[in-house]
Formats: sequence, structure tokens, C-alpha cells
Amino acid sequence: MPALLRRVGRLAVVLAVVTLITFLLVAALPGDVALDIAGADASPQEVAEIRAEIGLDRPLAVRYLDWVSGIVTGDWGQSWRTGERVWDAIAQRVPASLELMVLAQIIAVSLAIPAALLCARAPDGRADRIIGFLAFGSVSMPSFMTAVLLILLFSLTLGWLPATGYEPLSAGLRANLVPMILPALSLALVEWTALMRTLRAEMIGVLQENYIALARAKGMSDRRILVAHALRPSSFSMITLLGLQVGRLMGGSIIIEQIFGIPGVGRLLVTSVFSRDFMMIQGCVTFFALAYVLANFCTDLAYARLDPRVRSLGGKAGAHG
Amino acid sequence: MADVAAPMPVGAEDRHAAAIAAHRRRRRLGPMFWIPAAWLAVLIAAALAASWLGLAPPDEIDWMAIQVPPGAEGHVLGTDVLGRDILSRVIHGARVSLTVGFAAPAIGVGIGLALGMAAGYFRGWVDEAIGILIDAWLAIPGLAVLLLFSAVFGGSLSMVCLSLGLLFIPAAARITRAQTLTYANREFVLAARAMGASDTRILAREILPNIIWPLMAFVMIDIPIAIVIEGALSFLGLSVKAPTPSWGGMIAEGREHIEDSSWISLIPTAVMFVTVLSFNLAGDVIRRRFADTREAAI
Repeated sequence: MPALLRRVGRLAVVLAVVTLITFLLVAALPGDVALDIAGADASPQEVAEIRAEIGLDRPLAVRYLDWVSGIVTGDWGQSWRTGERVWDAIAQRVPASLELMVLAQIIAVSLAIPAALLCARAPDGRADRIIGFLAFGSVSMPSFMTAVLLILLFSLTLGWLPATGYEPLSAGLRANLVPMILPALSLALVEWTALMRTLRAEMIGVLQENYIALARAKGMSDRRILVAHALRPSSFSMITLLGLQVGRLMGGSIIIEQIFGIPGVGRLLVTSVFSRDFMMIQGCVTFFALAYVLANFCTDLAYARLDPRVRSLGGKAGAHG
Repeated sequence: MADVAAPMPVGAEDRHAAAIAAHRRRRRLGPMFWIPAAWLAVLIAAALAASWLGLAPPDEIDWMAIQVPPGAEGHVLGTDVLGRDILSRVIHGARVSLTVGFAAPAIGVGIGLALGMAAGYFRGWVDEAIGILIDAWLAIPGLAVLLLFSAVFGGSLSMVCLSLGLLFIPAAARITRAQTLTYANREFVLAARAMGASDTRILAREILPNIIWPLMAFVMIDIPIAIVIEGALSFLGLSVKAPTPSWGGMIAEGREHIEDSSWISLIPTAVMFVTVLSFNLAGDVIRRRFADTREAAI
């Protein structure tokens, strides 16, 4: 498995660079943390003591190495603002974020597959053009705008769904899912278009294959050909895209969590940026990057599983794969 | 946004029909181009001429007309909670959106072009190092990078353009790298090298002219994306600072009063939607036309 090892090695280097970029950016944030903690009327000596206490008097390189080795060993540090352990704070908020993203992807995929089937059945036909135009409209509508409109329609005008709020799963499935519908829908209504277009394009290609012609010659119905024969071999790009979209979804969830008041990692990051909670910012960004890298790694594994032609990892994409 | 307008293998008759259709399409751009283009032209003209249109200043408070709905006298599109003219704010907000929309992709694609060409031409450790940098950059969610940047460097228009531009580097660099790879060993490059041309000269004179146009199509896709991200950023209050109006900021301000004065949010929402849609539609028509021309040339 040398290919797999090489990929893992590269991922480690990538993550090291991510932490370095994050650390440098956070270190460049204006303001003096020690002064913030000590308060405006603290004496210079008190400020210096606090600075030494949280280790800010050490050179940048030492601070970076200290932080990174902490990340590897599971000690992500402590917030200078709230005193919370960074890892605990993040872990506590992961379920909400994860649920939001998974629900959004489920909605997006269940919109994309039937739409792509309709399109691929008759490319350039009426259904294809209507769906294509809808997709253009949908992709031109950023999630925060969709969110505002959905709230206006479903919460304020119709009163069907709550505009904000979050209940953990322990409060019951219904109580948990109902306030999640609008946030997940806001994200999904942007994401489905790319999935649909990718699936459509690949399916049109697959439909030209000989075995499809054979199925047709055998008298199989269009619908059955599309669903039973063309869907699986057409879905590889879409699955890769599902992994790539994790990054965009995390970006989208940052703003959606903010709008709907969902206590997720994205909201934690925004709050931390506004309150300049340095350790928390570093932790959140590192966590996002880690999640992104892992998600893509898993996508590649799933890809190999689905497509018998790509069984050896690393044999797939080029140097940047 | 995945680019899936790629031509697919078709039978001979299909190909003939497609060629005729492509020819027709080439001759006329059609309403799907001209309607969006007209909207964009009006918007750009209004944004450029904002100071001479006789509008109320975007931050002027009209105490006699607080939160009036569209159609009121003197305020065609109504006013917001502070009695500021929405039409004026939308047009001034367009300045921010359009500036970012054009500048950010230009910056990102410019840097990405340089990195991608270096990676594809020199290969070896340069390629490897740039690859790692790009992978790392991709691994951080764009909005997280922007949040950090705006916290570090503050919300001036040029900083917003620059930090947003950074987001467009990875894709541009990857495309450029792939393109450069295909040209780096072509005969005309080898000939230039045999004639003693320097690497810089080969890159600038032999390779660049061949890869720049496909990248221009790419810039067009990035414009609406940049406008959307700036909108998200200003919605969070992290783009240009308060007195300067921006569409995202206007949507966020109106959100609190959306129940009784929905127009405060809905007008900038509609304007932004139509603008982004116009860029997408017009860009798509040009991209297809461009793809057809290239196909015909091959």
C-alpha cells in the first residue's frame, strides 16, 4: 500500500501548512490579548504577568510548535475568553453542524437525481431546458438570500416552520428535525445544481455506450434503462463532487448557522472572530480543514468501492489528486 | 460550479445537426444574452454615474419619510428604518458589488496563472510545493479565510477585493498548470528553446498567449461567485464598513423588520439575484459560443 501511505504523508504536509497559515493569520490579528484579559486599568506588570502565564512572551516559532504538538496529542488549548477547552467546545457543537450538512446533502441529492434523469432522457428537450433554467436561477441565489426568503414565506407568512432555534436529538426526532428543515433547505437549494449538472453530463455520455444500446434493443423501457443501468455508472463524478462540496457546505453552514441560530462549529467560529478569541479561531479553522481533508479522503475510498476499475488508491487522479 | 457544457460524442447525423445549430447560435447571441447584458449595462452605468443621477446621498436620513414603502413621493423604492433612500443605497451598493466582482477574480486568476504556469513548466519540486500550498489553501473553507482576513486587515474595499481574490487562486492555478503541461513540450516551445530563448521569454511569449483565453472564460464564471461571496460577507457585517452601503448589508439590516417592511430586504435581494443571474446567463452564452468556435477551428 505505498500509494496509500504517500497520500497520507501528503495529507499530513497539507495539514501542517494549514495550521501554519492559520496560526500566522491569527497571530497577525490586531490587539493585545494580555491587555484584554487584564483589563484597561491593570498595571504594566500585571499585563506582563498574564502574558507570561498564557505563554505569549515566547517567540512565534515556539508558540506554533507548542500549539501544533498539542493538536496532535489531543490538547487543543483553552479559550482565553471563556476558559472553555477548545476541543470540548468544538466537539459539543459538531453534532448540530454535521446534522445540518448531512440533511442539506440528502435534500440536494434527492433533488439532483430525478432532475438529472429527466434532463438526460432528452437532452435539449423541454424538461432539460426548464430544469437548466431553474438551476441557473437556483445557483444565482446565495444561501443567505434563500434563507431570508424561506423564513419570510414559511415562518412569517405561512407560520408552518420556526424561523430559528435548535433542539438536540435527545429532545426527540420531530423536535430536532422540524427547525432543521429551513436551514438544510437553504443550503441544499444552492448545492443541488452542481450535482445535477455533473450527473446529467455524465449520464448523457453513459447513454451512448454499447450496453445501453443493447438494453434498448432488448426492449427495456427508457425509465428502467435510466434507473437500473445508467445511474450507477454515471454517478462517479457526482460522488467525487459530494466530497468536494464538503468545503463549500462548511462555508455555507457558517452563515446559515448564524442566521438560524444553530449552535454549530460555524457559529462558534463567527462568534470567536467577533470576540477575537484567538485559540478558539485557530481550533475551529483547523477542525474545518481536518474535516475537509478527511471527507475527501473518504470520498476517494468510496469511489474505489463503487467503481471496480479504480481499486488501487492513488492510481486515480494526477499529481494533485 | 462544475463546467459540464463539454461536447459529447454523437453520431454523424447528430454532429451535422449540431454543427448547423452551432452555426446558427454563433450568428446570433439571442435574448438569453441581450436581456442580461442590458440589465448589466444599466447597472454598471448607474453605478458609475451614481453621483450625477440627482439621488439623495445614500446615508442621508429623511426624517419625514422613515420606513416608507416603495412608490412614495421622492423615494421610488421607499426608505429603510433610518429613512435612507433605498434606490440610492442600491445603486451605491452596486459600486461595491461590481468592484469586488471584477477585481477579485482578476487578482485571483492573475496569481493563479503565475503559480500554475510555474508549476506546469518547471515541474519537480516547484510543482510539488505549489501543489501542497494549493491543497492547503483549498482545505480551509473560503468564508473562514475571509472572516480571518477581515478581522486582521479590516474592511476596506481594497482589502475585501484582495482577500476575496485569494479564493480564486486554487482553481485558476490548477487549470493553468494542466494547460501549461500540454504546451510545455510542443514543437514551437522546443524550437524557441533551441533558439536560446530564456524560460521567462518562453513562458510569456510562447505559452501565455495559448492559455490566456480559456482562462478568460473562467474569469467570467468567477464574477458572479465573487459578488455572492461579498454579499455573504457584508451580510455578516464583515465587508466594507458601515456608512458605505452594500447589498448584503442592506439585506441583513432589513431582516429584523422583514415582517412589517419586507421591501427593505427584498429590494436588494431582488437586485442582487437579477445581477448574479445576468452574469451567469450572459457568461454561459459567451462560453458556449467560445466552445463552438474552438470546436469549429479544430
